[in-house]
This record gives sequence, C-alpha cells and structure tokens, in this order.
Amino acid sequence: MATIKVQRPKLSAGEKIYFGAIFKGMVITLRHAFRSLVGKSVGAKELNSTGVGITMQYPEQKWDEELPEYYRGTPALVTNEEDREKCVSCQLCEFICPPKAIKITPGEIPTDDEWAKVEKRPKAFDIDMIRCIYCGMCEEVCPEEAIFLRPDYVVTGTTRKEMVHDKDRLYEIGGKRVGLVNKWNDLK
Amino acid sequence: MSENAPAVEEKKLPKDLAAENGMVNVQIDGHWIQVPRGTRMIEAAKIAEKEIPHYCYHPKLSSPGNCRMCLVQMGMPPRPAPGEDPKYGEDGYQEIGWMPRPVIACANTVAENMGIRTGGELVEKTREGVMEFLLINHPLDCPICDQAGECKLQEFSVEHGRGESRFKETKIKKPKNVDIGQNIRLDDERCIMCSRCIRFMDEVAEDPVLGFSQRGTHTSVTVHPGHRLDNNYSLNTADICPVGALTSNDFRFQMRVWFLKETKTIDVNCGTGANTVVWTRGNEIFRVTPRQNDDVNSAWIPDSHRLSFHELQNDSRLTAPMILKDGKHVEVSNLEAINKAAEGLGMRQPNEVAVIASGRQSNEELYLAKKIATALGTDLLTIVPRQGESDGKLISADRNPNTTGAGLIFGIDDPTAKLDAIREGVSTGRIKALIVFNENLLDEAGFKQEDLAKLEHLVTTHTHANPTAAAAQVVLPGAGWAEKRATYVNVTGRLQRANQATIAPGGTRDDWETLGALLNKLDKDYQLPSSMDSVFNALAKENETFTGQTFGSIGDLGVVITETGVTIPLLDQEKKRKESGIIVG
Repeated sequence: MATIKVQRPKLSAGEKIYFGAIFKGMVITLRHAFRSLVGKSVGAKELNSTGVGITMQYPEQKWDEELPEYYRGTPALVTNEEDREKCVSCQLCEFICPPKAIKITPGEIPTDDEWAKVEKRPKAFDIDMIRCIYCGMCEEVCPEEAIFLRPDYVVTGTTRKEMVHDKDRLYEIGGKRVGLVNKWNDLK
Repeated sequence: MSENAPAVEEKKLPKDLAAENGMVNVQIDGHWIQVPRGTRMIEAAKIAEKEIPHYCYHPKLSSPGNCRMCLVQMGMPPRPAPGEDPKYGEDGYQEIGWMPRPVIACANTVAENMGIRTGGELVEKTREGVMEFLLINHPLDCPICDQAGECKLQEFSVEHGRGESRFKETKIKKPKNVDIGQNIRLDDERCIMCSRCIRFMDEVAEDPVLGFSQRGTHTSVTVHPGHRLDNNYSLNTADICPVGALTSNDFRFQMRVWFLKETKTIDVNCGTGANTVVWTRGNEIFRVTPRQNDDVNSAWIPDSHRLSFHELQNDSRLTAPMILKDGKHVEVSNLEAINKAAEGLGMRQPNEVAVIASGRQSNEELYLAKKIATALGTDLLTIVPRQGESDGKLISADRNPNTTGAGLIFGIDDPTAKLDAIREGVSTGRIKALIVFNENLLDEAGFKQEDLAKLEHLVTTHTHANPTAAAAQVVLPGAGWAEKRATYVNVTGRLQRANQATIAPGGTRDDWETLGALLNKLDKDYQLPSSMDSVFNALAKENETFTGQTFGSIGDLGVVITETGVTIPLLDQEKKRKESGIIVG
C-alpha cells in the first residue's frame, strides 16, 4: 500500500500560541449574542423568527407555508367528490408497508347502501403512527387513489393507543379530494 | 452368445423400444421424452416440466376445450407417398412436419414421433390473442375481488397480456354479486366461460344446477331457474374457478390470500379424513381448502366439513384446567388439576373405574388412554360410536375420524363395544370414577344427566364447555384438531398426519402432554414423554401394525397400514370415469 507522508504545516509564533484565534471567535460570538439581545439576529427573517435568539420558536412559530408540495407527512384516507370512501380495503398498503404500521379489517358494503356496487370497504383501518416511517409506499401502491401522505406532521399522544389513527381520524385528516380517478362511475 | 448368432443385431428404433413398454416418443420443445400412450398433450408437457397455461382443463373433469388458452404447435411426420418407406434420421426419429395452425393441448392425446412446441412465435401470439379476448369484458375488480392473488387470469395476463387494452367500446354489463346459493356468490362479469363449475356440478357432485345462458359475449353462468346451488359440495366450484366469478360467502372479504399461511393437514369430521390445507394469519383460521390426494378425497371436500373450523374459534372454548370446589369450578394450575384427577382415580378398586375415550382422538392420545386404563387395572375402555349416513361421495357413515385407529390400538375389532357396560355400570352406581376424553356423554354416548351425578369422581378433557364438563370434578382443556400434530387412521386403513396450524387458546396444553402427565401420576414407572414423536414412536414399538412408521415416514399423503375393505364412493365413481377416458384423473 502506498504511503503518503503528510507534512505538518509550519505555524508562525502567533498561530502557535492560538490566543488570537480564540479572541477572534469570542468576538464573533459576543457580536451575535449582542445582536440577538437587541432583536437583530442574523437570519431572523428567513426563519420567521422574532429576532430574539437565532432559533425559530416552534410550535408557536411554524414554517408550514414553506413546506414543499411533495412533503410526506401523516398518511390519511380521502373521500371523493360524492363523499364516497375511496378505499375498498384491498390491503395492498397493508402488504407493502415496510414497518407493518397498517392494519385493515375488510368489510362488505350492505346491499341497501348507496354504494353497494363497490361491494367492499374497510370495516376498520388503523395506522400505528409510532411505527409509520412516512415512506409513502402506501400512497404509491394504492390502486384506488385512496390514501395520501398529508402535510400534517404533528402527531402526538400520551399513550400508545392515542398514536394509532383509526378510520375516523384518517378520514378527518384526509378530507375530500377532487379530480381523482373514479373507476366506480356510472359506466361501472 | 453362440458363434452362429449375427455379429450385429439390427438396432431397434426408438418407436419400437417405447412400444414395448406401452409408451410413445414425443418431442417437447426440442427434447425427446417417452410418455405413456394416450397421455394428453398438456400432461405430457407437465411431465417435461413445461407449463402450458390453461383455464378450462382440470384433470378431474372432462375436457371440453373451450377456453383455447392451451393452444400449442403440433407436428407429425409427413405421410409417406404410396410405396414409400418412412425415413428415419440418425437418431432414429422421423422428421417432424409442423402444422401451420395451433391445436389445443388439453383434449388431444400424444402419438408416436409427435412434436409439441409450447413456445415460439406462433404459440406466443395465439396466447396473447386469447388473453386479449378474455380480458375485453373482464371488469377491473381486482382490488375488491377475493380471487386476487390466486387468480389465473391475473397470472397469465402478467405473462401473456398486453398491459393495456385496445378495447375502446363499453364493456358488456352482466349481473354482479348474485346470490345463487348458501355458500357461493356469483359475479358474471368476471366469468371467462371455462365451464369448470358446470362440469363439476354435473360430473362430480351429480347435481347439475349450473349452466350457460345467452350467446356470444353475453354468455353467462346461471343456476337453473327454480334451483339454487345448495349442494354440499358447492364450495369446490369456488376452488376450481380460475377467476373470481364464484367466490365463497364464508371467506368473502375476510382476508387477502397473500397474507395467509398454508398448513397441510387433514379433516377430522368423518372417517374419510379428507386432506386439507388450513389457511391462517396470526393465530386465526380464515379458510380450509381441499388438498389433492387421489387415494382419499380426490381434489374435493364437502362444505359442511370445510366450514367446521369456525367451531374451533368460538367463545365456548375451555382455556384453563379447573377443579370443582364447593360446587363451583375454579381455575387451577395444570399440576394441581392432574394431581386431583389422579388422586380420585388411583384410590378406587379396578372394577370401580372406567375410561371413555373418543374416536375423535388421535392415535397417540388413544395409546395413552389405553395405558391409563391399564394402569387403573380396568378393562372398561371404549370409544363412543358416532354413526351417520354416508352421502355416497366423501362423507363416511362413520363420523369419527379415528375408529380404525382405536380398533388397532385397543386390539379389538369393535372399540365401541364396552360403552353399554359402562353406561349400565354408571347408572347402577357400580362405577364410581370415570375419565372421559373429548366427549360429551349426554350426546352420542347416551348418558343421562342423573347418571353423571351418581359418579364420585368424573375427570374430563374437552375443547369446549359442555354438560359433562359442568358435572366433572376435574376439567382439563384440550387442543383442537388444527392446534396439534397428530396421526389418525381413516376408514380405508390409511395412516394420515395432521399438522399444527394454530396455537390452542389460553393455558391449553397439547393433549398428549395432559394424558402423559396423568399417566405418569397413575403409573410411577411411566416416564413423562418428551415430545409428540416419542409417544408415536412408543406406539409404533408396541403395536405391530404401526411398526416402522414415524411422523416423517407418513408424509403428506399418508400410508396404508391395514386393510379394512372399505372404499370411498367418490373414488369409485372417479375410477369409472377415468377408465372410460372421460377424465385424466
């Protein structure tokens, strides 16, 4: 193996005692400290900060409007224009989900229901948000365009049970989406 | 060899060599193989390990050849001109002249020097064409269709489909979600008109209620007006349906098949012991399907047996050992329950105790039951007869799965013989202690509630809560048929193996553990068995009918260990159809 000998840089006397560099750093730190005290922190505008301190004051301050279009937050179920649950519980998301966060109990739509021709919908749909890794595979695999990763990222709870999003919660987050593919139209 | 014999014998041609054994030479995708004369081309390809996609062909049914999916290219040697001798090449075969049009492989039989091409441009193009026609009116139901994951149309459209449809017109509308029978749901739009279900109901179930109506693209499967598909074999049509046109009401929207784990086991609802596959996810059974065994159940199973697994998963399961204290059953540890059971039994005179085993127990459990009876010194050991009516197909008149096994292990012809003596002994009060394995005495055994009250010590094992357990001093929970490895001997004398698919609920131990522990308490010389296999091995050592068998040697299809002279009616019918050439078998 080839060996490369690296020469130590020659330091001048001033550099060797390094007090100069420490002092220089101290000045920079103190300058930032002073500016933050008077409300003129560097980068305050970009971080939407008050200027007192360099940190953005989350959760009082949020950066939500800066989130990109493709941001992958919590997965949620959506309904279509006609308020039909888009999910038909094909369980492909449950199958693809890498951390096994999704659990679906399929169910049959009763024959007297308005959407009886769809035949199938989830009886229960649970996503364990402790397990979810926000990978977006569920959205990608869904043949019905029923599950989307929403920009919501604040998922908190004090118990494990609270961290499981059930069907009602998922539809509440997902809401209504228009203009998606609709296989269950009048022709069907 | 004598000197007069010709130095070089005339070399025999491959066709003559094959003919000596009743075989013919067939070239499949360039390779020559020998197959029995009269083999269908599709089966010959199977022997050559070449898959020919098909929908309507089923070896157990007649071959109408109506799906056209199995089209292959066929070739035969050209017919020699008058007076011309056939020409044989260096390898001894004639040159094959390929036909310009494909033929169906399912209904044609092979011939000497025939060539079959299961691939190539012509075959690929025909398959693509057939697939495209089949998919024209097929709905995009896969996300809601129970067949998805085991659908032949899905599989072959991946292999031979175009990926997109050129059909711009409106698809034909047909009835969907039709209730045609107690267990079966029909979706006509998904049907590809293979007619397997129609042929099954006609030929095997002998209840021809299904048929086609309408013509052309409007053809649809229907039940005959005024009839319903309520036959006890109707669910087999859902199994053989290559698409999701016929689906099971019981399994409808329960679980996608790709989540389910398959366990090969056997059915225990009657003496036939039909071979089955149990489909589970986690510790829950979702469905049971038949498994092909040409010596037991062909490829079918009655609906009543198939759906009986729900019983194992109901709320009345016993989950912990219990003893009677001050008129109430309290849960105790296994050890305490076994001790209490042994205490009450061991103190009796031999003529005061009796053992009622069950024909639903496995060989291993019956072996331990017999040992328990021997340890108690009693000869009052019996199983409870469970006779019904045979349906003339697969359901045996003997509803016990292991009557034959009980007879072999007890060493008597009629293992149910002593039941009357025990019943009489209990009602007169002569028998004071009784062990009952897996039976409710008030059912088939014909005991009366007041008889049970006369007993001083009643020990019972059972999977479910029942009146006998309610009257017992000691109740031990038992594992159900899908929850244990075990062996059974069916009515024809075939030793078969059941495998464990799920785990018994609560603190339930395997039955051999419970029985082994009880025997250990009653007979100090008996060592606790270390495993299920060791119990079976001990049985094989002591009983010469089982000698030489192990859990491994039984295999998935079982082995015949004794001759009973009993036959399974459905197999006799199948044999006739096979002999007459209607089916491949």
